[in-house]
Amino acid sequence: MPDLQGFGYMLAEGTLITLQVALLSTVFGVAIGIAVAMMKLSSSRFARLAGDVYTTLVRGVPALVFILLIYFGGVRLVNEIGHAFGHDQHIDINAFVAGVFALSLAFGAYATEVFRGAFQSLPRGQIEAARALGMGRWLTFRRVSLPQVWRIALPGLGNIFLVILKETALVSVIGLEELMRKTEYAVGFTRQPFTFFLCAAFIYLGLTIISMLALQMMERRAARGFTPVEAA
Amino acid sequence: MNIGVMIESIPALLGGAGLTLRLVGLALVAGFAVAFLVALARLSRSPLLWAPAYGFVFFFRGTPLLVQIFLVYYGLSQFPAVRASSLWFILREPFWCALIAFTLNTSAYTAEIMRGAIQAVPRGQIEAAMAIGMSRLTRMRRIVLPQAIRIGLPAYGNEVILLIKASSLASTVTLLDLTGVARTISSVNYMPVELLSMAALIYLAMTFTVTRAFKLLEHAVSADRRQPPIAGGSSQKSLSVASGQAK
Repeated sequence: MPDLQGFGYMLAEGTLITLQVALLSTVFGVAIGIAVAMMKLSSSRFARLAGDVYTTLVRGVPALVFILLIYFGGVRLVNEIGHAFGHDQHIDINAFVAGVFALSLAFGAYATEVFRGAFQSLPRGQIEAARALGMGRWLTFRRVSLPQVWRIALPGLGNIFLVILKETALVSVIGLEELMRKTEYAVGFTRQPFTFFLCAAFIYLGLTIISMLALQMMERRAARGFTPVEAA
Repeated sequence: MNIGVMIESIPALLGGAGLTLRLVGLALVAGFAVAFLVALARLSRSPLLWAPAYGFVFFFRGTPLLVQIFLVYYGLSQFPAVRASSLWFILREPFWCALIAFTLNTSAYTAEIMRGAIQAVPRGQIEAAMAIGMSRLTRMRRIVLPQAIRIGLPAYGNEVILLIKASSLASTVTLLDLTGVARTISSVNYMPVELLSMAALIYLAMTFTVTRAFKLLEHAVSADRRQPPIAGGSSQKSLSVASGQAK
């Protein structure tokens, strides 16, 4: 274990923020993904087009540029609204909110494709059977589609989570004090960039390993009753 | 949105895009070579070969690229031995540091693509090649690699696009790539939204071009899966047609 010169606690704090950003972005991203996937599968041409534009734009632009754009765009928007209401001081927006917002949109764009594939892979007969039993659209969605879509989409969502977990490091650029930013502080004080960046790298690696184990458990749980139980 | 500022910034941004392309191009070439060695090591039966290769891939795929760049650019200077070495004139340049980080990063991802593609070549074909007495090298050259290239190409196309986007991190070590130029100009004229939007459009154009190029390339190398053009009719391409039908 390298000597962290008392900066261990700071790195732990940063790790906590990193995890919060990643998990919140995942929750919002999954919701966005499901919603946009429904748009892409809908019969409305406008909804399909809007969905396509969203996923193409977000997936074609670097995450760093996207995060900066959301941050500066957000600052400008908030200030213009402020000025319109007669507020003459500069308003800053919270880096945490901007970061979660940008990463949620990024997660959502990738998740859209995963959900679209999952919804399309459901046998049509099941939906028809559910409707024939008198279930409404929402009930069919909740009881028949969603549990199966969840099982099919989970591996894809897991991969996106691992990507987003690493992209949280980019939010340090707009000043959020997550793991990367805290590491930079420690480097500034101690003049030991290699030690501390390597330490940060291993913390990210640890988070990745924990996430992979958690995802494995979730996948097994989501697939219960579907795959035959392995012989003990 | 100030459209005038956006248009005025195009020449400077394109200059930045040139650096982006140079970084990406060099990292892809060098990364491909490193990846090939790592993939071979990963496929080897000797733990002395595959264990380090596995560790390499796991580290570079499991940590953020930003950390990797900072480790090379800021990290290495921590050691007096590095600063005294004859390599210091390379390792103090942000360009080379970014290039090293990009190369190692893309080679880890590419190695996994290669490994998957090589392993996906049907076992029977390799056995057949062995049965006719082909040597290991001939087998690799004539049977395994041509098919592995076909199998791995779509995934590799994705990796190229990911690297183009990831190269925007070069701006964090003071390089004036596409993102770097956009950030520098906007710190002077206070128009970040315009500059970043324009940069985003140029990135989109680049990724779009690469996507198209890989579609063409995939088409070119998958002659065995295409249906022969029907005389007088339009030649429809079908992806699910089994090979052999074309003959």
